[in-house]
Amino acid sequence: MSMSYLNPKRWLHMMGRKKFGEFLILAAFMLFFYGPLLHMFMLAFANKYEMPGVLPQEFGFQWWRYVLAQPTLVSSIVLSFTIALITTGLSLLICIPAAYVLARYEFPGRKLVMFSFLLGNAFPKIGIYASMGIIFYRIGLMGTLPGVLIVHLLGGMMLMIWMPTNAFKNVPRQQEEAARDIGAGPIRTFFYVTLPMAWPGIAVASMFTFIGSLGENQGTLLVGLPNYRTMPVEMYGVILDYPATAGAVFALILLIPNILLLFLMRKYVGPETLSKGFKMG
Amino acid sequence: MSGNAKLEIRDLTMLYKTGDGVRNINLAVEQGELVTLLGPSGCGKTTILRTIGGFLHAASGQILISGKDITHMLPEKRPTAMVFQSYNLWPHMTVYENMAFGLKLRKVSKSEQKRRIAEMLEMIKMSGYEKKYPGQMSGGQQQRIAIGRSLLLQPDVLLLDEPFSALDAKIRSQMREELRKIQTDLNITVVFVTHDQEEAMALSDRIVVMNKGSFEQVGPPQEIYNHPASRYVADFIGEMNFIPMPDGSAKAVRPENVSVSPGTGGNLDGYVRTIMMLGHYIEMTVDTDCGIVKLFVSAEEAERYKRGDPVALTFGESHRYNDDQSAAG
Repeated sequence: MSMSYLNPKRWLHMMGRKKFGEFLILAAFMLFFYGPLLHMFMLAFANKYEMPGVLPQEFGFQWWRYVLAQPTLVSSIVLSFTIALITTGLSLLICIPAAYVLARYEFPGRKLVMFSFLLGNAFPKIGIYASMGIIFYRIGLMGTLPGVLIVHLLGGMMLMIWMPTNAFKNVPRQQEEAARDIGAGPIRTFFYVTLPMAWPGIAVASMFTFIGSLGENQGTLLVGLPNYRTMPVEMYGVILDYPATAGAVFALILLIPNILLLFLMRKYVGPETLSKGFKMG
Repeated sequence: MSGNAKLEIRDLTMLYKTGDGVRNINLAVEQGELVTLLGPSGCGKTTILRTIGGFLHAASGQILISGKDITHMLPEKRPTAMVFQSYNLWPHMTVYENMAFGLKLRKVSKSEQKRRIAEMLEMIKMSGYEKKYPGQMSGGQQQRIAIGRSLLLQPDVLLLDEPFSALDAKIRSQMREELRKIQTDLNITVVFVTHDQEEAMALSDRIVVMNKGSFEQVGPPQEIYNHPASRYVADFIGEMNFIPMPDGSAKAVRPENVSVSPGTGGNLDGYVRTIMMLGHYIEMTVDTDCGIVKLFVSAEEAERYKRGDPVALTFGESHRYNDDQSAAG
């Protein structure tokens, strides 16, 4: 008697009706969830793909060469990463000192200030961007790099204030006091003791800010056009004007930093850093 | 006020916004002395310590070390070194880096750093731990390194804020001995804070018993034990029986000063309540008209009694305290 390992009937009887049903639902969900992603992944490496086939007829890097040869697309890739880097850098510069103050000093209205940073994410972004657009028109920031940077900075504010604040709070005061006691002034204490200990939380917030900036589209579309076209802004056009395979390549380029950073996070930062980052207090 | 005290606190007042704190504190600590601030939580002992260390600002008064006024100095400039109850060592640095931090700041050469650290590690019996991280060591080991790190800086005054409170009882007594040995070897002036009266008695040259922001009694352990100045001190230090007297005052007798015999006719009579084995001696409690009295007997003596027996108690050395808690005769 031949044993077919893929025989669903054998599975049904092995697992029992209930578990088999659950398994089917899980399989359907996975397909629904990952199917489009896998399809896109496959398309990016398909030299030739005709519809009725499940798999491409030919695999290759043809479309990668094509995309990287389009000057507008390449410049949008460069711009996206540049803006993401500047945004993250500026964010760190502004938010880290603020976070330290929020963490260490109990000034009146502190909770209100912390709470106010949640507000930016409490409303539909497009409403905020529209009102920003009106103000930017008045003060001449439309279509300028500072304008785009402000949009990107605002997107990451909540994360870059909350997580570093809690990261600093989780550094026990005695360890800072021990440094002062040993003879280090406040600045040295901050850089040699506080910051290294708060680093995981800050690193996670920075990663999220970087990724968020890469994906920022609505605000950049409003404020940046026609001078500053980041990848997501270009993406709208790519979907319309280019074949699906080129679109898949472009999308993967956007996706790769995300995947990379998720890997890094999983390897070097634990889940507690994330959960501790969002404590209100 | 002694003219050449190592540490002098003059009329110090430090108040929190809630109104708690310490008022008009005066204390002189000699070079090489170990003085303990002893009291329950909230009595102000840590407040005084942190003010000496520079982490709290005095509202008024002066702190002098070796004759110099350090009252308004920043903590990093003061010739003090502090060891906290926990979170002393920096977890992202090795033991060596932890200990070298202060030396680097003082521009000590690398070879000299190495020599001094090796020497100190031997003194605190932690040689070989240079490359370990604090997270890889036990609480007791971490505290030893913390103390070593502070001693490396040769401070004028070493401040210890309940450093052994978070450790197991057995380790605690070990650490106590080691600390005392190092302290006497190096002749370092120490201010020690604790709520554990046993610890205070074992370690100190002098004890300052504190209550609600002020000093109740200052003196060597034996004096505090044998002649408590107030009911509070009598109650806080060691074990004490308080027997209410008809005139409203209380007679205070230490359990070891109570002797027992079967029958009646002692200073106070009662019935045996409990007999508990405490190792090399027995603790007996006796029910009397004036409350429960605790006393110690040897194992052989205890054989003669059982629960419910009528006994007569005789008091040896005792003290009297008035209604207002102050000492009477």
